[in-house]
Amino acid sequence: MLHFILRRIALIVPTLFGITVLAFGFIRVLPGDPVLLLAGERGLSPERYEALLTQFGYDQPLWRQYLDFLGGLAQGDLGISIITKKPVLTEFMALFPATLELSFCAMVFAVAVGLPAGVIAATRRGKFLDQAMMGTALIGYSMPIFWWGLLLIVVFSGMLGWTPVSGRMSLMYYFPTPTGFMLIDSLLSGEKGAFASAVRHLILPAIVLGTIPLAVIARQTRSAMLEVLGEDYVRTARAKGLSPMRVVGLHALRNALIPVITVIGLTTGTLLAGAILTETIFSWPGVGKWMVDSIFRRDYPAVQGGLILIALVVMVVNLLVDVAYGFINPRIRTQ
Amino acid sequence: MSDAATASAETVARPGAFQEFWRYFSENRGAVIGLGVFVTLVAVALLAPLIAPHDPTMQNRDALLVPPVWQEGGQSAYLLGTDAVGRDLLSRLMHGARFSLFIGLVVVTLAMAVGVTLGLIAGYVRGWLDVAIMRVMDVILAFPSLLLALVLVAILGPGLMNAMVAIAIVLQPHFVRLTRASVMSEKTRDYVTAARVAGAGPVYLMTRTILPNCLGPVIVQATLSFSNAILDAAALGFLGMGAQPPTPEWGTMLAEAREFILRAWWVVTLPGLAILITVLAINLIGDGLRDALDPKLRRS
Repeated sequence: MLHFILRRIALIVPTLFGITVLAFGFIRVLPGDPVLLLAGERGLSPERYEALLTQFGYDQPLWRQYLDFLGGLAQGDLGISIITKKPVLTEFMALFPATLELSFCAMVFAVAVGLPAGVIAATRRGKFLDQAMMGTALIGYSMPIFWWGLLLIVVFSGMLGWTPVSGRMSLMYYFPTPTGFMLIDSLLSGEKGAFASAVRHLILPAIVLGTIPLAVIARQTRSAMLEVLGEDYVRTARAKGLSPMRVVGLHALRNALIPVITVIGLTTGTLLAGAILTETIFSWPGVGKWMVDSIFRRDYPAVQGGLILIALVVMVVNLLVDVAYGFINPRIRTQ
Repeated sequence: MSDAATASAETVARPGAFQEFWRYFSENRGAVIGLGVFVTLVAVALLAPLIAPHDPTMQNRDALLVPPVWQEGGQSAYLLGTDAVGRDLLSRLMHGARFSLFIGLVVVTLAMAVGVTLGLIAGYVRGWLDVAIMRVMDVILAFPSLLLALVLVAILGPGLMNAMVAIAIVLQPHFVRLTRASVMSEKTRDYVTAARVAGAGPVYLMTRTILPNCLGPVIVQATLSFSNAILDAAALGFLGMGAQPPTPEWGTMLAEAREFILRAWWVVTLPGLAILITVLAINLIGDGLRDALDPKLRRS
C-alpha cells in the first residue's frame, strides 16, 4: 500500500513541475512589459522602472528568474497581489473556506439525490420512472449552470422572496469567523437567526453547483447498478430468498459503489478548484470569483499564484481519491 | 456533426455497417429525437439570414423590452419579444444558433485534429515522446477547464476566435488520452503485425491500419466535446470574455440581459433555453452514438 501511495506521489512530480513552468510563463507571454503590467495604469518614472526591474529580477536571465520563482514557491512565497498588496497565499487561504463550504454542500446535495435516483432508476429499468429520471439527469447534465442560477434567483429570490440574491450572510449579523465556515461560525456565535441566514444564503448556490455532479452521479450509479444486478452473486442472493431491499441495498449497491466513488472524487476536485460560474452569479466570496475578478483587474500575480494553488488543490484531491480507491479496490494497487 | 460522425462510421466499418449502425442508433428514441432537433437547429442556423424576421443587431427605440406575443403587451412583429435596446429576440436567437454551432464545429475539429494526432504518435511511438506528450496533457488537465480557458483568453485577448482556440486547447487532452489508449491496445493485434510484415511503413500503419479502428470512442468523445464547447463558449461570453456585444451569441446575450432578470423574464430565459436545448440534443445524440458504436455497451 505504501509503495502504491509513493508511486502515485512520484507521478505527480512532473505535473507539478509543468504547472510551475506554465504559471511562470503566464506573465511572460502576456503582451507588454511585465513591469509595466505590474505597475498598472499609472505608469512609471524611468528610475522607478529600473528599480522595479531589479526588484522583481526581470533583469536576470530567464532560467535564473525561473529558479528564483521556484525558490520562492518552496518557501510559500507566491507573490503579492497588485490590488490588495497582500501576499497571494494569504488571500487564497482567506477565501478558500468559502469555496470549501460551498463545494461540500453541493456534493452532499448531489450524492443525497443522485445516488438514490440512480439506484431507483436501475431497479425500474426501462419503466417510466427510469426514463423520467434519466431524462431529467440528462437535462441536468446539459444545463448551462450560469443560466440555471439566474432562473433559480428569479423564482426563489425574486418571485417567492425565500432566499437572498447573493453573499454568504445577512448584513444584520456580525460575528467573528474563526473557522471561515459560515455554517459553523454562525452556530458558534450564538446569534439568533444567523445559522438560518447562512443556510438560506447557501442553498441556491449549492443546488446550482451540485446540479451537474448530481446528474453525473445518477447516471453513473444507474449504469454501475445495472452491471452488478446481472451478476451471479446477486442472483444467488435473490435465490436465497432475501428481500429485494436487502439484495439491492446490501449486495448490489456495495459493489456498484466503486465507480461511483471515483466519479464523486474526481468531481470534488473540480468543485474545490473554485466554482467560477456559481460563485460569480451569487457573488460568493470564494476562490473562483477571486480568480475571475483578478483576471478582470489584471492582477497578474494573483492569477499566477491562484493557478498554482488551484492546480495543487485539484491534484491533492485526486491523489486522495486514488489512495482511497486503492483501499477500497485492492486490484488497483498492483496495476 | 452527426453527418460527419455517421459518414466516418460508414467508411470505417465494413459494407452494410451503416445499416447496422442505424438500426442500433434508431433503437434509442432519445437519440433520434436529439438528431431531429439538431438537424432543425442546423437548418435554422443556415437559413437565419433568410428566415429571421428582423436584423439581429437593429435597434428599435419604439419597442424596448416588448414581451413575447402571447403575453399582454406583446406585438405580433416581435414573436418572442425584444431586448432592452429593442432588438428582436427571435432573430437574435436564430443568428445565435449560427455562432453556437460554428463554435462547436471549429472547436471539435481543432481539438480532434490536434488531439488524435498527438495521441496516435504517443501511443504508436511510445518512449520519451509519449512521456513528454502525456505529461503536458496532465498539466492541462490539472486545471479546471473553464479557468484555464479564461486565463488563455486573458492572454490572447477577449473575442470569439480566441475563445474558440482556448476551449480547443483545454478539450484536446481528452482526445489524446483516448486515442493513445486505443492505439496501444490495437497496436499489438495480429492484423497490425500482418500489415507490418507485408511491408507497411509506420505512417501507413498509424493512419490507415490502426487509426480507423480507434475512431469509435473518438467519435463519441467528439459529440461530448461539441456540447462542452458550446457550454464553455457561452460561459466565456457570459463572463464577458467570449464573443463581444452586440454579437448575438447566446452566452453574451445572457450577460447583457442579466440586469433585467426581474423585469423581463424573456430576455434571460430564452437564450439560456436555446443553449440548453442545443446541448441536450447533442448529448442525446452522443448517448445514441455510444450505444451504437460500442458493442460492449449495447443493450445495457
